[in-house]
Amino acid sequence: MSEKIAAIVMPKWGMAMEEGTVVAWHAEEGAAVTEGQEVVDVESPKIANAIEAKQGGLLRRRVAALGDVLPVGGLLGVIAGAEVPEADIDAFVKGYVTPAGEGGAAAGPSVASIEAGGRRFAYLDQGAGEPPLVLIHGFGGDLGSWMFNQPALAEARRVIAIDLPGHGGSQKDVGDGSVAGLAAAIGTAIDALGLARYHLAGHSLGGAVALAIAGARPQQVASLVLVASAGLGPEIDGGFIADFTAAERRKEMTGVAQMLFADPALVTRKLVEDMLRIKRIDGVTEAMRRIAARSFAQGRQAEDVAAPFPDAVPTLVIWGGKDRIVPASHADKITGARKEIFPAAGHMVHAEAYAEVNRLIGEFCAANG
Amino acid sequence: MQLSRTALLEAYRKMRTIRTFEDKVHDLFETGELPGFVHLYAGEEASAVGVCAHLDDEDRIISTHRGHGHCIAKGCDVEGMMLELFGRRDGVCGGKGGSMHIADLSKGMMGANAIVGGGPPLACGAALAAKTLKTGKVAVTFTGDGGSNQGTTFESLNLASVWKLPLIFVFENNGYAESTGSGWSVAGGDIVRRAPAFNMPGVQVDGFDFFAVHEAAGEAVERARRGEGPTLLEIKFGRFYGHHEGDAQTYRAKGEVAKLKAEKDPLAGFRKRVTSAALLTAADLDAIDAEIETLIEGSVALARKSPMPDPKVDLLTDVYIRY
Amino acid sequence: MARILTYREALREALRQVLEEDPTVIVMGEDIAGGLGAPGELDAWGGDMGVTKGLFGQFGPERILDTPISESAYIGAAVGAATCGLRPIAELMFVDFMGVCFDQLLNQGAKFRYMFGGKAKTPVVIRTQYGAGYRTAAQHSQSLYPLFAHVPGLKVVIPSTAYDAKGLLISSVRDDDPVVFFEHKVLYDEARDHVPEAPYAIPFGEANFVREGEDVTIVAIGRMVHVAKRAADKLAQEKIEVELIDPRTISPLDEDSILESVEKTGRLVVVDEAHPRCGMAADIAALVADKAFKSLKAPVKCVTAPHTPVPFSPVLEDAFIPSDMAVAAAARTVMA
Repeated sequence: MSEKIAAIVMPKWGMAMEEGTVVAWHAEEGAAVTEGQEVVDVESPKIANAIEAKQGGLLRRRVAALGDVLPVGGLLGVIAGAEVPEADIDAFVKGYVTPAGEGGAAAGPSVASIEAGGRRFAYLDQGAGEPPLVLIHGFGGDLGSWMFNQPALAEARRVIAIDLPGHGGSQKDVGDGSVAGLAAAIGTAIDALGLARYHLAGHSLGGAVALAIAGARPQQVASLVLVASAGLGPEIDGGFIADFTAAERRKEMTGVAQMLFADPALVTRKLVEDMLRIKRIDGVTEAMRRIAARSFAQGRQAEDVAAPFPDAVPTLVIWGGKDRIVPASHADKITGARKEIFPAAGHMVHAEAYAEVNRLIGEFCAANG
Repeated sequence: MQLSRTALLEAYRKMRTIRTFEDKVHDLFETGELPGFVHLYAGEEASAVGVCAHLDDEDRIISTHRGHGHCIAKGCDVEGMMLELFGRRDGVCGGKGGSMHIADLSKGMMGANAIVGGGPPLACGAALAAKTLKTGKVAVTFTGDGGSNQGTTFESLNLASVWKLPLIFVFENNGYAESTGSGWSVAGGDIVRRAPAFNMPGVQVDGFDFFAVHEAAGEAVERARRGEGPTLLEIKFGRFYGHHEGDAQTYRAKGEVAKLKAEKDPLAGFRKRVTSAALLTAADLDAIDAEIETLIEGSVALARKSPMPDPKVDLLTDVYIRY
Repeated sequence: MARILTYREALREALRQVLEEDPTVIVMGEDIAGGLGAPGELDAWGGDMGVTKGLFGQFGPERILDTPISESAYIGAAVGAATCGLRPIAELMFVDFMGVCFDQLLNQGAKFRYMFGGKAKTPVVIRTQYGAGYRTAAQHSQSLYPLFAHVPGLKVVIPSTAYDAKGLLISSVRDDDPVVFFEHKVLYDEARDHVPEAPYAIPFGEANFVREGEDVTIVAIGRMVHVAKRAADKLAQEKIEVELIDPRTISPLDEDSILESVEKTGRLVVVDEAHPRCGMAADIAALVADKAFKSLKAPVKCVTAPHTPVPFSPVLEDAFIPSDMAVAAAARTVMA
């Protein structure tokens, strides 16, 4: 039991999020909650997801009612031990001030860019604490794919999410579209950022890229986190790659997005719109086509990146048991790695089970560097 | 300007094609075989042919509702035109344009235009494209005396001068805007008098005389190609038929048309001039007459047996490139 | 990369990028640079609303063309040039001025493709501002887009956000058909949004779901999207969940998204700043009556400006423009 009063606040999922809506409460007022328990579901314009209790105690107040729209940082509820007097709780609620600027779209960190190896890379640099953690997103995504993870992880250390070549705000030239080429490119960006030692986490295609980087420069990589990673076996859903590459409109993209999640209900129209926003950028589709042709032709992964894998790098493998894009069985590829499978999650396990995944990554980084 | 034998033969062939085409259309319309509105160019052949002799397929023209002559002079396919007038699927516009919107962009013919005064702004655009893309090409807008009084025309004269466009304004003054005399409707009497107000040269030409038109147009086109800006030509002549087919022309003087045909026929004038100067022989010209007669008869025969557009398909296509 | 830009800045960036990517793109209009033939500075205005400010300096007089006040001539020239290899973007300062030049679009540009049997290509964009709210009264405040949506051959684009403004303008310029692009004069400064720096193109006929809800569908156009958003916020406090749809283009119109939403909610409110007769509100209401009648749980409500010219007096103009209160009231009516 904590002695203090903990606020449950509206999170900021992604840079554009200004407000969210309360869509479900999972605990009654006065009920006991444990740390990590899902207490309330919130829907941002992008995605619906659950917020977990940061500490155990009693849910003393449900400040926001179902359907309420709150700005980022707004008070949703209050958790405190039974011993805290009612008057203190009331005073806390009454005195709570939504952090200034948090709700504004202009506030918060902004994407920066850096030139490296003749390319421009976009990246989002949050938090402080060495060694930093570098996040590499998947095929057709961008650094915003880490919106559930980066802010939380950045509470403990510096976290840099970077756009792969051909994606997001990075330059559209993807070279030959090979994982090795992408890894070399990201390597130049890491050098340009002056990172000598860092943790590396990659999702899907970004996982393969992270593996290749770790293989090429193991001495720099403090630890490696592979989330539903490519590069660990030949199987991949070729239909998904083809449909994703071809999708131009909401209907097509909705089908694609639903493949990514175990629970299709997580796919809001806004999430689909965000995926389309990435794809509408000039050159993105062409870049995806090139990568798909080189690395994922005929529904097979062309490169076995893990082959020269250095045992020296501590590795955590995270997978969703219901991953329909890359099979969870690939998690066994790296012997000696720590393996964490979330049976109910899909390919976007870091979004679907973000609280637990964040905790795992945070602890793994802390233990290794 | 000295014209080669080939050029003379071509000019006569074009004028004869226009005349025979229009006479034929007149007959076909009278029998009820052709639908819609048709406005015939017979009597005005020297203008279209005299101007277009200086142009190639990359030079653009915009025509009027009386557009068949401009089409033929610019090199449009005569059979395709006849099929279009018959509303056939294989007409130059797929049967969707008809007489008043007949066009062939591949020949630089940007369309007959059924909106009087609709063409000059578009011609400014064609000239602007030539200037911007530095193609050395020019644009010509044909406008009637009626169209000379439209605001669009005044605006275009001004814009063409301000932008110094490679554009020739050809005002074909046949004396009538529909049934209204240009002596009444054109303030100041002569359209050519408007040119100085827009800071451009203006030339009035006898439109029955191919050689006069050819010479004046040649200078205007050259000036435009040199980048010296627009020119206004007023071509004065008369039409052999009514405003449109079915027009009883009671507003015209008794005997006016017969006198025009007898004394001012531009084809007869051309024949007289070239044969008397021994540039071409009567036999040369007779051969062309026969050749064109066959061409036009053949085009009518072809049109009659050509398929109609398919309402299930063709009604709905060609609205957008992609929608 | 996402930065916050105003609607005006987003439009200017789109113009700069299409001018950079394609040498056949030209921009023309009245005072789009400003100061030609005048003793003071060049590029003095950058257009009536400053959207084109700075382009003259970068691209020069051959690509940024000031025109005399001759809408027929230069709108027509833009149309004509489009058939001859250029991609002109003509700025019509206020859509109200279409009254003096409509022929060049209505009878010319819109018809070429069809009249000429599919052989013409007319990639012209007419950018124009519309809408009330600036106390500019009857001849500078109209929302005339239904006139254009009525005409086959034209595409009609009405962005409500800075993000859409940029992506839709780039799509408009790359499109091979004539496009009329409507910019709400109040949004130039009021609408601001995350806008990627790189060029991007938003497809036509793809509505945006501004928010999702189960109870009532609101379709709103242009500036009315923002009005409807405020109404939806109010309604959420009353536990009425609005699904707000911004069609973004009204020709083509994303019928599927509207129908799909109404089939879910069973209720429809259409919000339009144009007049009620033969407008988009009536059009969308008719669409739903025709194709999703059985899904309806209540009659469709239309919230539009009245059948009057736009008045001058601020008191009257404020009453003319559909309000968030009116939208919320309409939603409550269909929920009752």
